Amino acid sequence: MTQTIYDNIVYLLSLVGISFGDSIVPKIIIVLFIAILILVEVSLMVMFFTWMERKVLGHIQVRRGPMITGPHGLLQPIVDGIKLLTKEDITPKRADKWLYFIAPLIVFVPSILVFIPMPFGQGAIVSDLPVGILYIMAISAISPVGVLIAGWASDNKYALLGSLRAVAQDISYEIPMVLTVIGVVLITGSLSMQDIVLAQGEKTWFVFLQPLGFIIFLIAAIAEMSRIPFDLHESESEFVAGFFTEYSGMKFAFFFLAEYAHLFGISAIMATLYFGGWQGPLIPGIPVVIMSVGWFTIKVLAIVFFTIWLRGTVPRVRVDQILSIGWKVMIPLALLNLFITGLLVAGGVL
Amino acid sequence: MMSVVDNYLPVAMLTIVGVAFVFIAFFLSRLLRPSVPSAVKSDIYECGEITIGDTKIYHNVQYYLYAIAFLIFDVEMIFLYAWAVQFRELGFVSFVEMFIFIGILGIGLVYLVKKEALEWIQ
Repeated sequence: MTQTIYDNIVYLLSLVGISFGDSIVPKIIIVLFIAILILVEVSLMVMFFTWMERKVLGHIQVRRGPMITGPHGLLQPIVDGIKLLTKEDITPKRADKWLYFIAPLIVFVPSILVFIPMPFGQGAIVSDLPVGILYIMAISAISPVGVLIAGWASDNKYALLGSLRAVAQDISYEIPMVLTVIGVVLITGSLSMQDIVLAQGEKTWFVFLQPLGFIIFLIAAIAEMSRIPFDLHESESEFVAGFFTEYSGMKFAFFFLAEYAHLFGISAIMATLYFGGWQGPLIPGIPVVIMSVGWFTIKVLAIVFFTIWLRGTVPRVRVDQILSIGWKVMIPLALLNLFITGLLVAGGVL
Repeated sequence: MMSVVDNYLPVAMLTIVGVAFVFIAFFLSRLLRPSVPSAVKSDIYECGEITIGDTKIYHNVQYYLYAIAFLIFDVEMIFLYAWAVQFRELGFVSFVEMFIFIGILGIGLVYLVKKEALEWIQ
């Protein structure tokens, strides 16, 4: 059975002489602690990503990016957070109050829930769900509902059109994305994220076994994260800010947080499925847990860097182009990938 | 042996923590932020123009076509996951069977494309 963060905490507690049998209360307290840990971890990563995005974009454009708050502007995300916290929160008078309030919640909560079966390192997984990757795909399909609610509740034409476009794009690219993941599942024969990582330790990284699948996944992932070149629903020149045009203050902050948590989540999925997850060469003397978490973080940061690089380099694609690429190119290619993988697995090659 | 409850307890807990986090942040922000409502401020923002007409009108049928096509493929993929996990035990026959199934859906996709149901008409 896979070692989880919970098991490790129980082990550490037993080292200092605290142990408990099957009582439920300490168990719930420990799980609560782990949940808060995940929330803090995601928030810290999001803060780092926003700083990194500004810095990398700055340097791509031969600027220096934020420099004033802290060394090299490292405290910029904290300042941004304080600004958003103290900003006036306006609800438009024509808006549907309840739906307007609940939309950020529906977008934000699933974006952190995807981290439950994510193997951050050896022994650093919250819960190794047997349906791991299917759970992740299912949870991340909830966010578009929140987006649609946000656009509808704002009663703003830009917001409504932006949300409809965002949802059309999300669902169009979800199909190729989920189809390519089946290629990986065919090889491992398991949906558990930990098993997928371990299978890559025995064979090799799946990016080499599934090159076509990886390319499809990458394109679909960028569309799912709604990053340039597929960031249609917030194309400023057409839609002001898309579905969150009317949002301000903390409600806006949660959409923002969810967007970057999504970026983290999908980069982490990509690192796990195609780049061997937490596996990497170990340096003797450093504990395996720290090394594996380090490798995982490095891989995620590399993928995030790539998406920022893409944002600084390529222009935006038109809406009809995005959707026709999704349906007419990506889905047939994903099916082709599935066909080839299935043949190779059935033939005993993979 | 991990039970189902052990596996999914963190999911429930993180949902609670996430929702609580949102409410605490809203509450903190309510204590800190100014609140000076005015009629102009709570208007809909449409680039400074006065909003004309209703937003909740009839929408293009296009969006529903996408949703229906998505639904068909999404249900298909649930079958595919169950099949993929057991693929090594089921062997080559299941591969042929599955691709007959996908082929039928593929004909549907070709039909959608030919009918221009997936064209973005604006």
